[in-house]
Amino acid sequence: MPVSEANSKVVYEALKGAGVSICSALPETWLVHLIRLADDDPDVTLVRLAKEEEGVGISMGAHLAGARSALLMQNHGFLQAVNGIVSGAMLYKVPLLLVISDRGHLGERDPWQTEGGKFTRRVLDALNIQWTELRSPDDADRTVAKAMTLSQSSLSPVAVLLTRDLMWEEPAS
Amino acid sequence: MRRIDALEAVYDDIADCAVVTIMGAVAVELYSLGHKPNFFYLEHAMGLASSVGLGIALTQPTRPVVVIDGDGSLLMNLGTLTTLARYAPPNLTHIVFDNESLLSVGGFPTATSTGSDLAAMARGAGIVGSRMVNELDEFAAAVREGLASGELSCLVAKVDDVGPASFHMDLHLLENRFDFARALRPAE
Repeated sequence: MPVSEANSKVVYEALKGAGVSICSALPETWLVHLIRLADDDPDVTLVRLAKEEEGVGISMGAHLAGARSALLMQNHGFLQAVNGIVSGAMLYKVPLLLVISDRGHLGERDPWQTEGGKFTRRVLDALNIQWTELRSPDDADRTVAKAMTLSQSSLSPVAVLLTRDLMWEEPAS
Repeated sequence: MRRIDALEAVYDDIADCAVVTIMGAVAVELYSLGHKPNFFYLEHAMGLASSVGLGIALTQPTRPVVVIDGDGSLLMNLGTLTTLARYAPPNLTHIVFDNESLLSVGGFPTATSTGSDLAAMARGAGIVGSRMVNELDEFAAAVREGLASGELSCLVAKVDDVGPASFHMDLHLLENRFDFARALRPAE
């Protein structure tokens, strides 16, 4: 599988460096290594979800109980979770670190991923959610740490988009 | 069984737990019996009360957590039953008041009014001891049993579709949110 194991590890360590102790996730191809790393880590609680919106509630509970969390989701998972993000986390001023695999953007080969890719950034913008793209493993620590800091200080969701350049090793053709 | 009578019957049992309720009648009735800073009323985000409770229970495994859900809310997030069953936090008690109605928005009947059985769904999801109760004494005993059991429990209580005269609470949701987080902070 051409999902970058090395870069997944770098992103995972960046999440841990930002203090994440609970991760919710729904599997998707680009996230498999990240989810496995969380599953194998005794210091992190991984919660496998039935649907992404649950993860918003879990992160809200974790925050209210004093823990830092991350939500690992595909962009379609983000679209699925929008109501929980708005009527849960944003209404209640709860920080969320949304770690979103940026499917359907330039280079996407799976036709079924292409529609969601058109809207991910525009929906984030419409919700006033600050977001950044992560393209290089060299930036992972700093970018994830800064996203967590802003999320915690603003008590708001912040999104980190995991791009194809970062997550996919197959050479472009 | 009226929901407010059921809440009153177990108030002392849950008073020191982290309690997460859904919005509407459940929140107002618990609030009217006596608010405590360790009570959190999720005033929207329908379906997510049990997810919030799961997040608390996993983060603070020694703190008893009680989620007070409703049929309409749970039907909006049935997948939560499978997630609760999967992680089965022993410190979580999930109470579902089933009045077969979306009472707070005008009393429209939910699918439990035509036979959908939430306790059976919870059992099917893997919450083994999940059951339905109809009488007040049985409800109070089952809540106490759930709290003492040391394992995840789910209790569906059939209640009348009656609620409070007013849905007003003299507590802003953000005030509730910050007080609740403070109440959950571990002692230094």
